[in-house]
Amino acid sequence: MSGIVVSFCAGSVLLALIPLGFILFFALRQGLPALGWAFFTQMPRPVGEPGGGMANAIAGTLILVGLASLIAVPIGVVSGIYLSEYRKSLLSTAARFSADVLNGVPSIVIGLFAYSVAVLPFRRFTAAAGGLALGIMMIPLIVRTTEELLNLVPETLRDGALALGATRARAVATVILPAALPGIVTGVLVALARIAGETAPLLFTAFNNRYWSARLDQPISSLTVQVYTYAISPYDDWHRQAWAGATVLIGAVLLCSLLARLATRRLERMHRP
Amino acid sequence: MPEVRIRPAVKVSAPRPAPSAASADPSMIEIEDLTLHYGTKPALKGISMSIPKNKVTAFIGPSGCGKTTLLRCLNRMNDLIDGVRIEGRIRIGGREIHDGSLDVIDLRKRVGMVFQKSNPFPKSIYDNVAYGPRILGAGSRVDLDATVERSLGAAALWDEVRDRLHESALRLSGGQQQRLCIARAIAVEPEVLLMDEPCSALDPIATARIEELMEELKARYTIVVVTHNMQQAARASDVTGFLLLGELVEFGETATIFTTPRDRRTEDYITGRFG
Repeated sequence: MSGIVVSFCAGSVLLALIPLGFILFFALRQGLPALGWAFFTQMPRPVGEPGGGMANAIAGTLILVGLASLIAVPIGVVSGIYLSEYRKSLLSTAARFSADVLNGVPSIVIGLFAYSVAVLPFRRFTAAAGGLALGIMMIPLIVRTTEELLNLVPETLRDGALALGATRARAVATVILPAALPGIVTGVLVALARIAGETAPLLFTAFNNRYWSARLDQPISSLTVQVYTYAISPYDDWHRQAWAGATVLIGAVLLCSLLARLATRRLERMHRP
Repeated sequence: MPEVRIRPAVKVSAPRPAPSAASADPSMIEIEDLTLHYGTKPALKGISMSIPKNKVTAFIGPSGCGKTTLLRCLNRMNDLIDGVRIEGRIRIGGREIHDGSLDVIDLRKRVGMVFQKSNPFPKSIYDNVAYGPRILGAGSRVDLDATVERSLGAAALWDEVRDRLHESALRLSGGQQQRLCIARAIAVEPEVLLMDEPCSALDPIATARIEELMEELKARYTIVVVTHNMQQAARASDVTGFLLLGELVEFGETATIFTTPRDRRTEDYITGRFG
């Protein structure tokens, strides 16, 4: 009997892994041949000219993700602290609910919001608007992970700090937050990996840029939008580039997850025996 | 975030003499008619006692009798719990601790605490001991080094950790961690040291070391210890209070309590008839 259950469960796991296997297989098969050093260092070439790369899109994605973190990490971590410290307050309940709702809002709607507040008034697509859209998506993820991880810190640590004459704020800043830090870092990296792959909110905020640009008040290219643009084009060269871009994206997300693990482990070594 | 303060309604009652364990000893802590409610449920009922200076005073009693609650009243750690109402008076070193003008931070500097489960911070051994002094605005690095060494020495831990002060405190054994917590508490030179079942998670050898330590530390500090373990109270304390269902049933010299208790319930408890 238990043999049947185990094989059923194992079968389900395999079924769940099949799509991942196929995605990796196709992306790598189509993407790897077009992937070389040039892909990371060169600019896109016009149609018909073979070669070229996505240097501007890669840099653009990094800038957008960095901008999003600048917005979301401070707001998210501080709100998470509030939610964990004042668990039962009315504001906390409302904020927790809002974060969950925001987390469920389709990314295209968040893009639309950023479009109406950060693009329309200036009559221009900008990297800043793209960063804003991604940052808004990131906030609820960071708020909830921060809150949950702070809740895991034993109350005895807080008592210990308070019994030594620490104020509540000091206990949070010097004992509770540092104890939860490894987990929070992981949470931030996971959120980064998640938003790095977003396309919809960028389509009408950061838009795209064929040229090198690091300016926040100009449209900027990103891997996801570039992949989208190339993939719907009728040119074989561009299709190959799109696959290569997709491969880089998958690699970047994988790297984020690995970094998250490494960061957690390093920090944990300092915090645990 | 401001410290939440609960100012208890102090009931004005005619002062009546608190039962003193050893009237010859000067008292450090005077508790008068202390009553504490969690919501509507009374947890401590009219407790009065006088805890002598430079002695080890033990609170014993079955689980849920209020001994930890009573201990946590002494450094106002119950302030943190919602719905707690405290009536009565507690004077430590002659000063009413529920006085509105008294700073709870200052109180906790004077009344250190060691918890049931050792709770070193996830920091280095050094930073754990230096935590309290730093809050109070530690002086120079040299002073801080000296304080850390003195405190670890007083907690009988210095020789074991002197070469690894900057390693994580979480690498220490359970007994060492608890001694570190004692070192951390005495680093700010308190007058009173509260210990909440400090040995309940330790093996007999580590327990013996903590008990020895209590004996040494009482020369400088007034120690109040909650214990579940009657042998420990008998061995390590000078004065014992027996609590039952939130009432102080008996309070007196440990030797007397354990040999000729006045109350039937005390006798039943220490002879193991319940609890």
